Amino acid sequence: MALSADRVEERLRERFPDLGIERQAGEAVRDRTLVLPASALVEACTFLRDDPELRFEMLSWMGGVDHLPRVPRFETVYSLLSLANSARITLKVRIPEDNPRVPSVVDVWPTANWHERETYDFYGIEFTGHPDLTRILLPEDWEGWPLRKDSPLGYEEVAFTHNTPGRTVPSPGLRKLAPRKVKYRAQ
Amino acid sequence: MTLNMGPQHPSTHGVLRVALELDGETIVGCKPIVGYLHTGMEKQAEYKTYTQSIPQTDRMDYISPMSNNLAFCLAAEKLLGIEPPARVQAIRVLLTELTRISSHAVWMGTHAIDIGALTVFWYCFREREKVLSIYDQVAGARMTASYFRVGGLAMDIPAGLLDRCEKFVDEMPAHIDEYESLLTHNPIWLARTRDVAVVSAKDAVAWGLTGPSLRGSGVKYDLRKNEPYSGYDTYDFEVPVGSRGDAYDRYQVRVAEMRQATRIAKQAIARIRELGETGPHRVREFKYVLPEKEEVKRSMEALIHHFKIVAHGFFPPVGEAYAAVEAPKGELGFYFVSDGSPRPWRMKIRSPSFINLQALPLMTRGRLVADVIAAIGSIDIVLGEVDR
Repeated sequence: MALSADRVEERLRERFPDLGIERQAGEAVRDRTLVLPASALVEACTFLRDDPELRFEMLSWMGGVDHLPRVPRFETVYSLLSLANSARITLKVRIPEDNPRVPSVVDVWPTANWHERETYDFYGIEFTGHPDLTRILLPEDWEGWPLRKDSPLGYEEVAFTHNTPGRTVPSPGLRKLAPRKVKYRAQ
Repeated sequence: MTLNMGPQHPSTHGVLRVALELDGETIVGCKPIVGYLHTGMEKQAEYKTYTQSIPQTDRMDYISPMSNNLAFCLAAEKLLGIEPPARVQAIRVLLTELTRISSHAVWMGTHAIDIGALTVFWYCFREREKVLSIYDQVAGARMTASYFRVGGLAMDIPAGLLDRCEKFVDEMPAHIDEYESLLTHNPIWLARTRDVAVVSAKDAVAWGLTGPSLRGSGVKYDLRKNEPYSGYDTYDFEVPVGSRGDAYDRYQVRVAEMRQATRIAKQAIARIRELGETGPHRVREFKYVLPEKEEVKRSMEALIHHFKIVAHGFFPPVGEAYAAVEAPKGELGFYFVSDGSPRPWRMKIRSPSFINLQALPLMTRGRLVADVIAAIGSIDIVLGEVDR
């Protein structure tokens, strides 16, 4: 019954011999992670889902990672789950900063819809072919992509009598605490 | 007609807004709008050490803090490549199973209130309070427990805890009978939940549903059985499944899960007794885990490790890891990317409520507005976890 990660990798390489599938290397990469080119993502996912041996019928989750200053900068991570085999495999696509686009997998797994919206919301990665790519967790009028590494954590000043009302500049002491490039909202 | 339900609506379990497109009273379109409770936990985690992020996890699904702590710690432990002692694992199993009982009790109470059965709520909250008192005794807080640590527990269990848990676990099946006597054969309950919010097994898998929402549709997948963690493979329990995939099946699955949870908790208590009511509560891995306080007082080596870990946290290896637990609401997992520094480069939360809520339009299409309430209740969401 047990489906090993080696077998999944083997099947995928058999089916797509010229893709140059790369295995994620690292000291402590605890789950088998395969890096695919963006152009082959949908095809590979469809294969993994429909193959009678592998049956990765569920997309457990997907998300983005910002690797600033590494090039290519972004990654999208897909964690696939095969209920029939109790097996998981992680796929990755590397995305350049100047053209953060990746094909959407909504047609393969409908559950990807909100995950991709969330990743767009956090990182500004565009999912081509997504039916409704809008912000999901942040307000519609939010500016910027908060989980990018060059986006500051932000800071909202605690309202004390000395800084309200009408005072927009925080006291020098507080300014020292605040991260740089902070943007005060709602004023 | 477009009807706006929420964000301030008593039966949306927090601040969920649902935009309903109606034709007469029939729903033709449904769009859940979330994000009102977004606090940027994933961003904040990148600025905190691993241990500092544990209290954050309590605030996700605030009804089951222990499960959240466990998922976080398991993912971090997987990244570090350490495993806590068997005794610690048994304590974790005991507390997370009590959490499952309390979470399902809250779910049942609020779901029944939504549908109009007020009585159940008072019974369920009576037992939930007992679990909260156990948290209080064990961790010093009723809801935000933050009790588990990477590599073990914050402190050892207090004396008398096991007797108290045992009493609770022994009494619980009778209380579950009590709840069931109010609902299971209640014609109003049946009319409101039978064949309402149906999800087929195929759809449930495609939409990524997990937990009772998946098993209610007849898919037997439980991480405790299929991808065991914390020694769950050595416990004797069953995984209840439904057949029709409607709200009533999900109700029955949760009721059966409460009974199974008492069974597991009982075995865990026996195991802790066997392994010692007091004993080591952390793994001895001083590079990552704090040494015992007594040892710090005597050993220079331990003192140095204590100082290093308290001062700047532990340094995990460069890599990435994902680990998940079967939380009361479904598969709750954490994904860490580490660059070798004491703060995670990236922490991604796979929250079951967020993913399960996505199936709401599917459940409500062609139904009535009243069924939306039943559907939201039957998915069992907590908005703190949806929005994170």
